[in-house]
Amino acid sequence: MALPQVAPVETPEIEEVPAEDRPWVTIVWDDPVNLMSYVTWVFQKLFGYNKDKAEKLMMDVHTKGKAVVSIGARERMEMDANQLHGYGLWATVDRA
Amino acid sequence: MFRRSGGQCVATFAHDEVRVLRKVAAEVVGLLTDGMDHTDPVVSRLFPDIYPDRPDDSSEFRLYTEGDLKTAKIDQAGAILAALPDEGEGEVRLDGEAAEAWLRAINDARLAMGTRLDIQADTDLAEELDDAVLEDPGSSRVFQLSVYAYLGYLQESLLNALPEIK
Repeated sequence: MALPQVAPVETPEIEEVPAEDRPWVTIVWDDPVNLMSYVTWVFQKLFGYNKDKAEKLMMDVHTKGKAVVSIGARERMEMDANQLHGYGLWATVDRA
Repeated sequence: MFRRSGGQCVATFAHDEVRVLRKVAAEVVGLLTDGMDHTDPVVSRLFPDIYPDRPDDSSEFRLYTEGDLKTAKIDQAGAILAALPDEGEGEVRLDGEAAEAWLRAINDARLAMGTRLDIQADTDLAEELDDAVLEDPGSSRVFQLSVYAYLGYLQESLLNALPEIK
């Protein structure tokens, strides 16, 4: 008789959050055309951020080349990116 | 250029400005209506891939959203055409909603022109224009660069004329 088959027990990686549990992010990328004042205004208008926060985000985009502008569920991030496209900002969605 | 007056954003446009703005807005509408060519860099800039590394997810998302986004962009360019006099000079008065449509539409026009003109982060617009004038003052590049610069000033003036967002 054959021995009962036992599925090998996998040791889960506990130190890293599995990809499927990580939230999603909306990223805005730097581009050479959009005015800094316009990008700041879009962040205030769309996300309700105050001027200081909106300006800081805009400067992050400008100096670092990109910035995370919102974090949350995938569908929500897709909606944010789509609205940003409506304003002409270059936005993408990715996992955090 | 725009200024704030009586709760509205107001500008008086000369004959040439009206003509240029009508042309620019009509070009954006044309670009969006004549069966969009997705290999055109202007179209890819106005409708970026939402997932740069997942072409399938990007296409699926596009399928559900691109129609509405395109309609919104045509409407906002239409807001410029609707507010301008048909010809000749004239005053334009924008309430909050119309001002937002103008801002978005001017931005789309600048993105389209900036992409065609190959504007880069380190492009010095004044220098670029001087070079183009030296080469041929009557060239289309001189005209395009001048309009691009003008739209930037116009957009900035409109942003400054808006009431402060609380």
